[in-house]
Amino acid sequence: MSELPLRSEPALTAEADRAGASSGERIRHITAVGITEWLDRHSGRLFVLPAVLLILSFSIFPLIISAWLSLSRFKLVTTGFELKYIGLANFRKLLFGSQQFHFLGTFTEISPFGGLIMLAGFGAIAWTLYRYLASGSISVLGLIGRLIAFSLLGGIVLMFGTTIGGKSQIGSLSTTIFYVTAGVAVQFLIGMGLAFLCSQKIAGRSFFRVVFFIPLMVTPVGIAYTFRMLADMKFGPFAPLWSAMGLGQFAWAANPWSARWVVVIGDSWQWIPFVFIVMLAAFESQPRDEVEAAELDGASPLQIFRDITWPSVAPVAATVVLIRVIEAFKMVDLPNVLTNGGPGIASESLTLHAFMEWRALNLGGSAAIAYSLLFVSTILCVAFFNLIVQPMRRERA
Amino acid sequence: MSIRKFLTGLTAGAGICALAALAPAAAAEFDGVTINVMTFTGPQIAEPLQRRAPDFEKATGAKVNVITVPFSDLYQKLLTDWTTGTNSVDAAVFAPQWMVDYVTPGLLEDISDRVAKDEAIKLDDIAPFFREFSQKFNGKTYMLTLDGDFQMVYYRTDVAKDLGLNPPQTWDDYLAFAKAAHGKDLNGDGKADFGSCIAKKRNAQSYWMIISVASAFLQSKGTSQGAFFKTEDLQPLYGQNEAFAEALRIYSETTKYGPPDEINLDVGDTRNLFTSGQCALSIDWGDIGTLAIDKEKSKVIDKVGAVVLPGSKRVLDRETGKLVDCTPEICPHAKDGINHAPFAAFGGWSGGINAKADPKVKDAAYAFFSWMSQPEHSNEDVTIGITGFNPYRLSQFQNLELWTKAGMSEQAAKDYLGAIQESLNSPNMVLDLRIPQNQRYEQVALDTAIARLLAGELDIEGAMKDVAASWNEITDELSRDEQLSAYKSTIGAQ
Repeated sequence: MSELPLRSEPALTAEADRAGASSGERIRHITAVGITEWLDRHSGRLFVLPAVLLILSFSIFPLIISAWLSLSRFKLVTTGFELKYIGLANFRKLLFGSQQFHFLGTFTEISPFGGLIMLAGFGAIAWTLYRYLASGSISVLGLIGRLIAFSLLGGIVLMFGTTIGGKSQIGSLSTTIFYVTAGVAVQFLIGMGLAFLCSQKIAGRSFFRVVFFIPLMVTPVGIAYTFRMLADMKFGPFAPLWSAMGLGQFAWAANPWSARWVVVIGDSWQWIPFVFIVMLAAFESQPRDEVEAAELDGASPLQIFRDITWPSVAPVAATVVLIRVIEAFKMVDLPNVLTNGGPGIASESLTLHAFMEWRALNLGGSAAIAYSLLFVSTILCVAFFNLIVQPMRRERA
Repeated sequence: MSIRKFLTGLTAGAGICALAALAPAAAAEFDGVTINVMTFTGPQIAEPLQRRAPDFEKATGAKVNVITVPFSDLYQKLLTDWTTGTNSVDAAVFAPQWMVDYVTPGLLEDISDRVAKDEAIKLDDIAPFFREFSQKFNGKTYMLTLDGDFQMVYYRTDVAKDLGLNPPQTWDDYLAFAKAAHGKDLNGDGKADFGSCIAKKRNAQSYWMIISVASAFLQSKGTSQGAFFKTEDLQPLYGQNEAFAEALRIYSETTKYGPPDEINLDVGDTRNLFTSGQCALSIDWGDIGTLAIDKEKSKVIDKVGAVVLPGSKRVLDRETGKLVDCTPEICPHAKDGINHAPFAAFGGWSGGINAKADPKVKDAAYAFFSWMSQPEHSNEDVTIGITGFNPYRLSQFQNLELWTKAGMSEQAAKDYLGAIQESLNSPNMVLDLRIPQNQRYEQVALDTAIARLLAGELDIEGAMKDVAASWNEITDELSRDEQLSAYKSTIGAQ
């Protein structure tokens, strides 16, 4: 990377000879010059090296170790501990073995609602694939990517369709996907709505901006405990209100769906401010002249939002959803504190599932769950980015 | 005395006083030593450790730093700290049930010699069960008992009197009592209360509750028969048989007479409910007995009775998997035809020392646990509800004055101590599972299946299949022979 003209090694040696240096000094001189030259040549790589080493130690190394763990069985022995290679046994247990009910769910019969989900899901996948194939701009990479993403999506639709409703029960993978989709949808709609309101010229908007932002500052476990207190129907601060509404004896934690929704509400309370603050910046950076021109032309507020505001903030919206989706896949604090994953395993997220196995020393099983989560979340997030965020950005450009 | 002599004397006296003031106090044995002790997030258990730490520091110079973590994380956090060589924790107060996982890889210090030389601890005063079983593994002492743990049934004496019922002797009696009391106003607040309050929250203490119910149906021929597995092949008794089915039926039925959110309650919640007068019955360790006499918080002072865990007139025939009537041969320890199998759940909070800690810190840690266990301290602590410590010393059972001074009536004290002593002296006592990775059997597999049963995700048949399959899978993963050998040695089976 050096811009300085470098002298060749024979020239330097000759120079040293002329100076009458002894052979030992000459060798030392040549070595020193060689190192300097080598350092000059590799300075770029050397500058990057500390960062690379850091990433390798804190990101890649744990990934490799946990991959090894997921293929192993941990056991305490007299010499400390032993990790025995067992191939894909931990994954087999999750997908086809004793933990299938926990990971994928329990299938008994297809309920009407499950059938509807499958019809809508497979229909949407087929339609999207058809549109891509009919578009004429097919690439090998694009096709492979879509096939991988749609296979996974198809699997998820099948899993939901067969384990939801009736006597079937969903597993921790479906519960996590429910938290991701329902949570992010609620957070996005409310966060964007509040941001839109605060971007208008209304009284007290500065005050509301601060108020809406506060929950984001609180630590997730703090939120979970606060929410647990708020959601206590008998002793919480809203107990008189619940009692007056006839809900004093309602045990939300005893019903699978109410427990899951309470987790979603708690998560939304925490994350709406994040969506709010990002979307507020997007709304406020939108050029005013386009909106004013539309107003002059007599466009209704709805038309202005649909045709001018939304297209301008859509790429930011897609990015904020992507960030939230990635985060939501890792949810653990709220179900752990609010319900401990109950009733049964109804509100257990994948991360909580992995955490419970880990703390009982089933390190291999725990790593297998974590890796499964990594596969699912990576494929879905990459698909979301390529199929939704990128086209939005291209459209905007 | 001349003025000169007086002034000389005054100066010398002042000098001595000044020197005395400046001289350092005599060095204590553990000056400058800090002990990091881990236990679970209290207030119970952590409270007495934190309360007594300053006095211990004054006496010995050692500073005790109590680190608390949630109960469900304690086993893993401690094990991680010690197995990875982090060793930020010097000692811990945890379950002797987990000792096997700590002793096998050499993480726990053998304190046999220290205990033998320690006169202040008064070892003979510790009840034999705790001294010989809870504190020891393979004949060596690794832990010091600070708490005695047996589960028993608490009932409201006033409610029993009003309803004309006797304390429950069998689990059917328990259900009948709960049914009769459920929906009645038990604390005079004009609202309907509950027949039975049992901690059924997942990932908390609920798996001990189902073991308390099931034990009477599963073990009848003494401790060495074992209540968890068959001793021939380690096939789970928590599997498809009529005894476990009956236990699950009873356990599920208690939910009908409990608070609506019972499946989300841990023992902290049920204790509050019971002491606030909202429950007629509860299953718990010794804690309710002392919490019930708290003058500030309890609404059931002198209204609480305690009995040994209810039993059953029918027990499991291990050959056929059927329930059979008790006979003197089948239930040699039965009283009035009722087989009781009191459950030493958890085993009592005990102190253990990190084998890799600094030698001076090990000495200080041992001294601290000994200090906590010595009768002058523990005899007071076991009478205070907030400590979470229950009686485990013979003097604590014999000296009624300790309890009456703490606020218990003589009758209540006799009831309470009687129930614990009956459990302690029972030849059919059920020892908690102490084989390697017992956490996976109880806290994960059993706990999950029971939670799913209560949530309606599984029926009784499904729950039985699920527990048996999970336990067999864990056993096969860890080696059936090794697990069987560990199981037999912990219960003293041949």
